[in-house]
Amino acid sequence: MDLWYSEFHTPDAKFSIKVNKQLFSGNSEFQRIDVFESPEFGRFLTLDGFMMLTEKDEFIYHEMIVHVPMAVHPNVKNVLIIGAGDGGAIRELTRYTNVENIDFVEIDEMVVEVCKKYLPQTACSFDDPRVHAYYQDGLKFVRKHVNEYDLIIVDSTDPFGPGEGLFTKEFYGNCFKALKDDGIMVNQHESPFYYEDALAMKRAHKRIVESFAISRVYQSHIPTYPSGHWLFGFASKQYHPVKDLQAKKWQELGLVTRYYNTNLHKGAFYLPNYVQEMLTDVE
Amino acid sequence: MEKLSQKKAPILEALQEFKTMRLVPFDVPGHKRGRGNKELTDFLGEKCLTVDVNSMKQLDNLCHPISVIKEAEELAADAFGAAHAFFIVNGTTAAVQTMILTVCKRGDKIILPRNVHRSVINSMILCGAEPIYINPQMDEKLGIALGMKVKEVAAAIKKHPDAKAILVNNPTYYGICSNLQALTRLAHENNMLLLADEAHGTHFYFGDNLPLSAMAAGADMASVSMHKSGGSLTQSSFLLCGQQVNAQYVRQIINLTQTTSGSYLLLSSLDISRRNLALHGKEIFAKVMEMVEYTRSEINQIGDYYAYSKEIINGDSIYDFDVTKLSVNTLETGLAGIEVYDLLRDEYDIQIEFGDLGNILAYMSVGDNYKNIERLIGALSEIRRLYKKDKTGMLRHEYIPPLVRKTPQEAFYNEKEQLPLDASYGRICSEFVMCYPPGIPILAPGEEITKEIIEYIKYAKEKGCSLTGPEDMKVEKINVLKGGC
Repeated sequence: MDLWYSEFHTPDAKFSIKVNKQLFSGNSEFQRIDVFESPEFGRFLTLDGFMMLTEKDEFIYHEMIVHVPMAVHPNVKNVLIIGAGDGGAIRELTRYTNVENIDFVEIDEMVVEVCKKYLPQTACSFDDPRVHAYYQDGLKFVRKHVNEYDLIIVDSTDPFGPGEGLFTKEFYGNCFKALKDDGIMVNQHESPFYYEDALAMKRAHKRIVESFAISRVYQSHIPTYPSGHWLFGFASKQYHPVKDLQAKKWQELGLVTRYYNTNLHKGAFYLPNYVQEMLTDVE
Repeated sequence: MEKLSQKKAPILEALQEFKTMRLVPFDVPGHKRGRGNKELTDFLGEKCLTVDVNSMKQLDNLCHPISVIKEAEELAADAFGAAHAFFIVNGTTAAVQTMILTVCKRGDKIILPRNVHRSVINSMILCGAEPIYINPQMDEKLGIALGMKVKEVAAAIKKHPDAKAILVNNPTYYGICSNLQALTRLAHENNMLLLADEAHGTHFYFGDNLPLSAMAAGADMASVSMHKSGGSLTQSSFLLCGQQVNAQYVRQIINLTQTTSGSYLLLSSLDISRRNLALHGKEIFAKVMEMVEYTRSEINQIGDYYAYSKEIINGDSIYDFDVTKLSVNTLETGLAGIEVYDLLRDEYDIQIEFGDLGNILAYMSVGDNYKNIERLIGALSEIRRLYKKDKTGMLRHEYIPPLVRKTPQEAFYNEKEQLPLDASYGRICSEFVMCYPPGIPILAPGEEITKEIIEYIKYAKEKGCSLTGPEDMKVEKINVLKGGC
């Protein structure tokens, strides 16, 4: 049998993974959820047919969305994490002992249930006593909080679908409001490479720049995402992502990581010229 | 009579059958099912163009319906509880115009609130009727025009017993209803007809726990914008008539100005939407009410904004309130409604229905979802956080009683001259001045221009309202009657 999962990265470019079997398929109130098993990437999760994570490369995404802000902010105690139903970002966060509380907001409870069952590699820390789950709209949740969080992580899907509201000016503005005076927000920032992704990337950057004093973008290499070149946003009221990096302090924590290190941290903020231009265009 | 089946949609069914017949078109429209205009077909879609056709035997004729349009009209009448229903393809404006032209001829009087849609006064320019305005009560705090008090209408009837009809907004743009049943009784006791402008009230006929509809109240004619809460295509509308009205005469009036090439896109959209509301209206509007109630309660928790509802009911000038209308007062934020409207669009990519000096209205329907509702609430919360300012000096809309010196028709057709706004004080205006939307006139032809009105126009302009009507698009000059009369 020759069974393949394919995702169109553009109408004219396709990415395929050979599949051994489908482990789960179902429709929630919000989207279609599938889990497959593959020889090359292990198990992987798709939402509405779009790749969310594979067991083989999820460490890159999750380390980069968590450790970058954690190595800058000197003392993160209270964290809000929006999206991230797969649990990967929560797994990384719970490794920090100084974190006292993690509010986790996901609109689709079924994603969490499916991940707990089929993707224990990422969905392994939901039972940590510091984690409090809220199954509701992220924009609604954050709207009701003022000056509470040290860090907000926006681990959203693409801006067409349930995640759309998490790419809006009103959302970023409400995140600003929910953060303390030295708070940081990081977000999944799409890709600069293909046209549609780049449009979403520029729009997101423009809206974040309008809300935060410091707004930088950093990059990583994620093989199963369109083009493989993926960006994150770092927005902050006070801390600069590179100048305020507490490299020594972070190293002393002794966390073992496979992708992230403090040198790569600095390097990740040095962007290719064409990406820099796109960002400057909307600033 | 055999009970009509609301599951039928005669115009839709006729069009579907027509498609299977593969007729060779040697008639208009000249695009011939889209084949002659590729660009248009690519844009609108082939499905759409293949049914953009002309009246023909199996599709009936809107000007003189005898088959499928007639059946569709009967089904619509049945669905709305009317004696007769007309399919209108020239906008609710045409339905309103037909109501006025049916009941009034030159010199006839009609009793109506000042906050009528411009189409009502335009109709009076056409037929020469004389408006007898009732002061719509103003809500001091909200700065909106309300409904008519029954007592005031009774007083107007006493003064003008020869008036032909009373016109009622059911509801206003903001969702305010007058006591329609009492006004209908009053009209009929005095041999007058009751006309209802239900441009914003289609759902009253189908949802539970909503204000009384005109036909249920025993009114004689009603204009219903199906394309608003009813879901049909823009520009399509129903005109409803009660038992007392001669439907054949109404048809003649409609045909004075109606196109002889009625669009089947519009007609089928009315037919399909009527069926949908008749079969599913209850659930649809229950869902809309639930969404609006949620949004209203969340907006009221933000602070400063006031999304009002049934608590403003006062038994007379606010006899009832349409809870599907999400009207929000913005004055406590120090921002005019129009400023919030502009911020929502320019900064947050959210387009709402309108903003006036003190309120915004976000139009909600079955097409909404909670994802977008959260965006609206989130954006309003952000606007308050980022733009809130001192509220002193905010002008609340005051009712400015019109001083009618000439009928709209006399003023419109008389000799006129153009004056700068400031120099027009005391003169008689020969044109409209409106804040749009909601399109309710500040000045209508035949009315005296007062100091208050000039101030109001200037303030509205400064706040960014779009003022329309005058020949001078910038509204720096205004047309008045010659000779200073």
